[in-house]
Amino acid sequence: MRDSANATLSLVYLARLREAFGTTSERVEAPPGVTTVGALRGWLAARGGAWATELAPGRAVRIAVNHDLADADTPVRPGDEVALFPPVTGG
Amino acid sequence: MPVRVQTEDFDVGRELAALRGADRSVGAVAAFVGTVRDVNAEASVAAMTLEHYPGMTEKALASIIDDAKSRWAIADALVIHRVGALRPADQIVLVGVTSAHRGDAFAACEFIIDYLKTRAPFWKKEETPDGARWVEARASDDDAAARWRVPSGPAE
Repeated sequence: MRDSANATLSLVYLARLREAFGTTSERVEAPPGVTTVGALRGWLAARGGAWATELAPGRAVRIAVNHDLADADTPVRPGDEVALFPPVTGG
Repeated sequence: MPVRVQTEDFDVGRELAALRGADRSVGAVAAFVGTVRDVNAEASVAAMTLEHYPGMTEKALASIIDDAKSRWAIADALVIHRVGALRPADQIVLVGVTSAHRGDAFAACEFIIDYLKTRAPFWKKEETPDGARWVEARASDDDAAARWRVPSGPAE
């Protein structure tokens, strides 16, 4: 059940970021100002520690919203699944 | 099924035969097979593990194939990508494309693997003598994908 009154986001971490953060996923209540991918990244980086290191400006981080690659201006909305991961290395 | 993510190996001949099927308009089948090297970035690699993002992976690969179909006159395309534990010489990925003529098949095949390497959510972790390490993305892969941004194919 999802509480639509709160800006609840499902966050997913993959590969190196999953290991650095020590978790595969979490649900967060984003504060009112966090309405874009860029703002979300900044908010998470403010947790400090590995979050500050891995999400620092200039670090290569890819972010997908609902399974589509996003950029800093992409909106995030309640109920979205937002994944953070390093540049991909398949193939 | 044009996109598969699986732990099992694949038989290239059988997959390409199935892709071609009985389509008598097909005159060209192009394929790319990626395999595990035993050396990467000056370190020997004993094994690797491939991780992906279920849900997004399939969507990203299908989108890349749709993009290829909009750019070239291809009959069909297939991507199979393995995940899990792999060893040197193992097959990692198969891209297959069928078309009436080789030009479209070659170009679409190269486009699909170039875009896969920069857009599909897979990550490699290698076992080396110094321990396990995540493979770093290569700038040359970004350059390879960027070549396709401006359509430079035959007349539209």
